[in-house]
Amino acid sequence: MTTTETSPAEVEDLDSFRERARTWIRANLAPSTPRLGFGDMTDEEELAELTRQRGVQRQLFDAGFAGIVVPTEYGGAGLTPAHAQVFSEEIAGYDYPTMLGVPNFTPCMAVILEFGTHEQKLRHLPPILKGEHVFVQFLSEPSSASDAAGARTTAVRDGDEWLLSGSKIWSSGAWRADYGLCLARTNWDVEKHRGLTVFLVPAHAPGVEMHRIEMLNGSKEFCQEFFTDVRVPDADRIGGVDDGWTVGIRWLYHERSFAMSPHLVRPPGAGEFGGTPDTGLVKLAREAGRLDDPLARDMIGELRANSLVQGEAIKRIGHAIATGYLNDQGAALSRLLTGVNGTRSSTVSFQLAGEAAMAWDPDDVGLGRRGIAFLSRQAGEIGGGTTEMARNVISERVLGMPRERAGDREGPYRDVPKGPSAH
Amino acid sequence: MELEITEDQGFFAETTRRFLDERSTTAALREMRDDPVGFAPDYWKQGAELGWTSLLVSEDDGGGTISGRAVPDLALVAFEFGKHAAPGPLVPAAIVAGAISRRGTDEQKQLLEGLLSGDVTAALCAGEPTRPARLGNVATEAVASGDRVRLSGVKGPVEAGAQAQVLLVTARTGDGLTQVLVPSDTPGVTVTPLDGLDLTRRYATVELEDVDLPASAVLGEIGAADADVDWQLQVAIALQLAEMVGAMDRAFAMTVEWSFDRYSFGRPLASYQELKHRFADMKLWLEASHAIADAAASKVEDGAPEAWDFLSAGKAYVGHYGVELMHDCVQIHGGIGVTFEHDLHVFLRRVTVDSLQYGSVTEHRERLTAALEAQEDAA
Repeated sequence: MTTTETSPAEVEDLDSFRERARTWIRANLAPSTPRLGFGDMTDEEELAELTRQRGVQRQLFDAGFAGIVVPTEYGGAGLTPAHAQVFSEEIAGYDYPTMLGVPNFTPCMAVILEFGTHEQKLRHLPPILKGEHVFVQFLSEPSSASDAAGARTTAVRDGDEWLLSGSKIWSSGAWRADYGLCLARTNWDVEKHRGLTVFLVPAHAPGVEMHRIEMLNGSKEFCQEFFTDVRVPDADRIGGVDDGWTVGIRWLYHERSFAMSPHLVRPPGAGEFGGTPDTGLVKLAREAGRLDDPLARDMIGELRANSLVQGEAIKRIGHAIATGYLNDQGAALSRLLTGVNGTRSSTVSFQLAGEAAMAWDPDDVGLGRRGIAFLSRQAGEIGGGTTEMARNVISERVLGMPRERAGDREGPYRDVPKGPSAH
Repeated sequence: MELEITEDQGFFAETTRRFLDERSTTAALREMRDDPVGFAPDYWKQGAELGWTSLLVSEDDGGGTISGRAVPDLALVAFEFGKHAAPGPLVPAAIVAGAISRRGTDEQKQLLEGLLSGDVTAALCAGEPTRPARLGNVATEAVASGDRVRLSGVKGPVEAGAQAQVLLVTARTGDGLTQVLVPSDTPGVTVTPLDGLDLTRRYATVELEDVDLPASAVLGEIGAADADVDWQLQVAIALQLAEMVGAMDRAFAMTVEWSFDRYSFGRPLASYQELKHRFADMKLWLEASHAIADAAASKVEDGAPEAWDFLSAGKAYVGHYGVELMHDCVQIHGGIGVTFEHDLHVFLRRVTVDSLQYGSVTEHRERLTAALEAQEDAA
């Protein structure tokens, strides 16, 4: 395997990188403008927006700013997480491809980078970095979401290919994606965690039937896929046969720790909580006529504190994992923090908006959106692994407390008690 | 505290830790319960030898930092103070010495020798007992006339006010602030000890009634000490945050240990999911508090324009979650956690006191909102 080893002496220093990034960003990218949420766009508008963002990603790629920590041989810039941080800081206020971040760059690309063969990385990473291929996760299933290793989607070997059958769910944006990173069961006759394998599956391959799920806020971003004998070449298997949970554990790590991932371009402080910059709270309170209300001001201050603390805490947790002060399961702390802060933020925004969040003039939906967002408040504590899962992981894997009783540790997965198949 | 510290910082923190392990045991703290001073003279002098009072003082004035960054260095000591609920006026002593080093005349700097050796202790008379209490409110007046300055007003609660030989008093002169170094035995100064929550930290009210001093007692310029006062408050809050995190860290570790050792219904407390989830929340609050405390100390050291945002975020967050964490630790201990015999309350007291002085949770939230409003107006 050939990898490009870069000695520290050859890495561009951060100041010069910052200058180069700043100059390029200002010369080439448009200032960021508030965009509609997915729920407010038609499919055509959303596809057009995705095409536009793919173009911006291509610009980044051509300028050498795509995949900042990805080795150059795979199309990246071959730099360090510190460079990625600098780039995120510099891009604040400018347009960047938000739709390609999660789950495309992380966890999907991060997993391919970590477990793919040299050949697989040569084949798949450049198209991702150019914005040509967008990945989603085929991870959750109707019968098992937080319990990801409970996958029942089955892959059966057929010569140099595999045939996949089953169903995946909660894959966000799958309808407009190119590939899915898929966790499937390849062996029912061994223990639950020993019979899994990971594949790269074309999202619209023959045999994939896709349904879009309407969420209570009107969004149709989440999809459910039904696989019937979907053919996947063995060359697109990531990691060893039946060794998919080795990949899966890291996959979940990347998912939980997205907020501190060097693969994600994310200006600090920009929309820490579901797209509301902190100054937006002042605007909201003013719009609701409550900026002079001490109770409203107390809540705004509380959220501002949460936001600043969250930024520092995520940095600390990332650093703690990198230095071994915490094991990599500590990423669950970051997941729990973003989850509970998002919930609180949604609640406060709703309370600030008052009755206007309940019924609104169609031409003036600003405050009304807070009501809609509030209805799906819990989504941020569910998606990406529930906060209960995060609390289990923190107490058991970080603090070393006794694990919950489990009925799925021993014997073939075939014999593990299961509820009725949900699909 | 910081995950990556220099070897020198590690050694420095370790020295203080070992000293406090020996001298600031919970048994020793209990014995100090009714002691009017709250610390022994030799204890404070030995601490001063370890560098507690000299970090904010320049090398020319006999001080010096460990890493070149005084506030983060001192925060390491404050963290150990929290972990041990240690006695001694760390914050006022270090800050008054630092203030004299930064602004003092040669004559005023003669005070430094005693402050640095621990023979003399100082009090920071910053806040006032107004109702409602407001951080930064100063009604005490300093009137200059000729080569004299006259002080009138009430300061408090002042940490170590009754123990200090030197009082650094913040007063108002017109639109600006004035700071005066007041020997505590000056006529017109009345110091009244207060009862308080902390086992060893003593507070007092300092009344100044027409206190008449030579103008040479003024630290810096008359009516132009605003920036100095601001810096002192920033450092005090940064240290207070580090101290709270230290006390939280200790209480959390004690409670985790307890949860493994204590059995109910044939299983350890640590096996109950309800409690495990609370420990997960507490671990998050603790790590997040470490993070904001470190960031705040660093911003203060750098003189960053956003330092107050981070200090207020720290006071708002740690002030709230720190106290919640402590009470949850008590709850998980059960009845023993509410006794005087158990160690937990020693740390609960320290966190509670720190959560109030230099601005409550509510007050710092309001400051954050006002800052956001200004930011939005400017945009």
